[in-house]
Amino acid sequence: MPSSVSRRDFLARTGLIGCSLAASPLLTPVSFAAAPWDTRFVVIILRGGMDGLDVVRPYGDPAFRALRRNMSPGPEGGALDLDGYFALHPSLAPLMPMWDAGQLSFVHAVSTPYRDKRSHFDGQDLLEAGTTSMAGVRDGWLNRMLQAVPGVTSQTAFALGHSDMRLVQGSAEVANWSPDADLDISPQAVRLLELVTESDPALHAALAEAQVLSQVSGGDTEQLKGEHLEIAQFAAARLSEDARIAAFSLNGWDTHAGQERHLDRALTRLAETLVTLRGKMRGNTWSKTAVVAMTEFGRTARQNGTRGTDHGTGGLMVLAGGAIKGGQVFGQWPGLGDGDLYQQRDLMPTGDVRAHAAWIMRGLTGLDRSVLEGAVFPGVDMGGDPGLLL
Amino acid sequence: MLSGLTEPDVIAERFPIQSFHDFRSRMVEVSEQVTIRRKNRGTPLAAEARKRRNVLNKEAREDVAVWLGHTMLRRAHTETAFRERIVAFWADHFTAMGKRGVIRRGTSPYIEDAIRPFIAGKFEELLTEAVTHPLMVDYLDQRVSIGPNSQRAERIGENRKVGLNENLARELLELHTLGVDGPYSQTDVTELAELLTGLTFDARNGMKFQKRLAEPGAETVLGVTYSETANLDTVRSVLADLARHPATARHIATKLAVHFGSDTPDPALIDAMEAAFIAHDGALMPVYEALLSHPSVWTRELSNIKPPIDFMSSAIRALAVPPAAFADREQRWIRRIFMQPLFNMGQRWETPSGPDGWAEEDPEWITPQGLALRVTWAMAFPGELVDPLPDPRDFVDHALGDFATEPVRFAAAAAETRSEAIGLVLMSPAFQRR
Repeated sequence: MPSSVSRRDFLARTGLIGCSLAASPLLTPVSFAAAPWDTRFVVIILRGGMDGLDVVRPYGDPAFRALRRNMSPGPEGGALDLDGYFALHPSLAPLMPMWDAGQLSFVHAVSTPYRDKRSHFDGQDLLEAGTTSMAGVRDGWLNRMLQAVPGVTSQTAFALGHSDMRLVQGSAEVANWSPDADLDISPQAVRLLELVTESDPALHAALAEAQVLSQVSGGDTEQLKGEHLEIAQFAAARLSEDARIAAFSLNGWDTHAGQERHLDRALTRLAETLVTLRGKMRGNTWSKTAVVAMTEFGRTARQNGTRGTDHGTGGLMVLAGGAIKGGQVFGQWPGLGDGDLYQQRDLMPTGDVRAHAAWIMRGLTGLDRSVLEGAVFPGVDMGGDPGLLL
Repeated sequence: MLSGLTEPDVIAERFPIQSFHDFRSRMVEVSEQVTIRRKNRGTPLAAEARKRRNVLNKEAREDVAVWLGHTMLRRAHTETAFRERIVAFWADHFTAMGKRGVIRRGTSPYIEDAIRPFIAGKFEELLTEAVTHPLMVDYLDQRVSIGPNSQRAERIGENRKVGLNENLARELLELHTLGVDGPYSQTDVTELAELLTGLTFDARNGMKFQKRLAEPGAETVLGVTYSETANLDTVRSVLADLARHPATARHIATKLAVHFGSDTPDPALIDAMEAAFIAHDGALMPVYEALLSHPSVWTRELSNIKPPIDFMSSAIRALAVPPAAFADREQRWIRRIFMQPLFNMGQRWETPSGPDGWAEEDPEWITPQGLALRVTWAMAFPGELVDPLPDPRDFVDHALGDFATEPVRFAAAAAETRSEAIGLVLMSPAFQRR
């Protein structure tokens, strides 16, 4: 064994940890080449079920006030008027400059095909799988999109943060990383680590990737307070170079009680994330960027007994970036009156989040509609172009 | 292996964790100080009360660190290792945490009172203890769920809206008993939420039932109509029925098989545990027997990756870290060695992101960032826990036993420093998996 080890001077060979060149696309010579398209796509999963009705408040709907008796006030209570019908939650005030610049918009009353059981976990699985049921589905829609375009490398798409995302699972190469995880050990330790984990392909591949990502993640970073800010900064740096896609999660949207306080925190993180992305992207990359933030479901139209809301159905998508047609609340408003609600409790979904995401991907990458409807979101009907992009 | 579960819990006595019963006195004292402060605003009395409250909160935070250390020491020094694993399993199944104030520090005490003493009994008891516990009632908003037609709602009147919160009812069906594929509907969730109204707690007395919060009338859950008498017995009877439901047996058997077997367990293992659960009316010992006597859990192939907490605690056990290493440590030390690394590895101490607890699937933990952080931990911290570190060449056999391989032996001998060598052994697949 020792002699075979001494022969494998793979550090000299590749400069990186990793034993099997064939099995690890990370180490192929093309791995730092640019993707064949130039736009940037950021997907943010808002975990916990964001209350779209509180974030973009339909104060112009005559039924809204009765449902939210002492929550979600309109402009008279501090919300920021968007278009005379909808008003923005005041915690998103830092995004108003983006709205005014035409770089922020929303899609209201949208959902995944998930219905009725209103489980976070199933809801998120379906949102990330992009399918109509979970039977037999192992990969996520963003990965299937990457499978459908040519020239994707290990540096094209990044999934960021401490937990794995189903959204990016699948056969296309995606880099998983968290900016605080940099591996800093001696070359000898790297070499021996490769040897020790060689018999376990999963551990081995993950550590090889860690070694590569530790090398790219350093540089002009600023110490920021909060994981979301570090992630946004890292994403902005990668997207300013060869990366084309970044995906991560923001948690804390499950506001059953005391929604005012909890939603403020979650929205503040969302606003800071978007402002950081915009501020830290270099050159004109932001102008080529579409950010989509989506959640597993909306919440009950009616407030509950604890100044909160329970799990619902129709929800809200947040779109940002220079490639977005901003300053609009998209979507077909179903109304909140008697008989308008889904099961007399939730905002009626009138659109599919997958169709909207598909149109954005079509605009950004030129992917064929048939691929989007067949492979990326199997069975979805994209319908007419909602015109979400410039 | 199982007989230890019915013997006295000596390791818990040796490394004590405060019971929730005793922990409650902190909640009482904090709320007293809050009241004093409110009634004496602007006076020195209020300033004093504020100071006292801050001290109580600080003490509780420090004790969380002590209890983390004791949890690790229990796992390291126990002779009944299965007990620690099964306690962790059920604590995860019944994930709960306090929402605000000092109760946020009460998770270990909750596990000590509601989980640990009941692991060898019937599922029904465990379910009842966990679901009616103040920490669960707080976590899943049961405390604030009020029958829309209850006396309380009538008294408050139309102006301040109070009402139902279905959080606990939903998770009780989806996570604790039937499973998300179980035979329940939104109507069952709502009816169960109505049935549960009245279940609450206060700091002084713990769990209690308040009739004036309860929705009047009988509720029907899964086709069974329960007594219209709103009291704890009615809550207990629905819990008993849910505990005995065949879907619950299947759900629990599957979870155990995934946790103790692999992400894709042998279906026969699930069947065996399900059958034992049903045959013994939810008694857990026969279910564990079915688990531990099944050949598929004894294969030589290691499967599941250890989550970060288990990785760390098994490192402490392999390194035979003495209790003295934890004695008189400041909270800062525990934070640096355990809490911050756990947080970064995606397993913040006693704080899963939702009531479904920690992920079982290996891909969730085998990520570049997660493993990079394990490497850093494994090479940096053992030296702070045992001094001197063991000879790495001996440590290979001690830590891995039969699973020691030539490459690991070679690495342990070839590393430049002792701490890197120990770290390499801890990063070997045989140590990372179980």
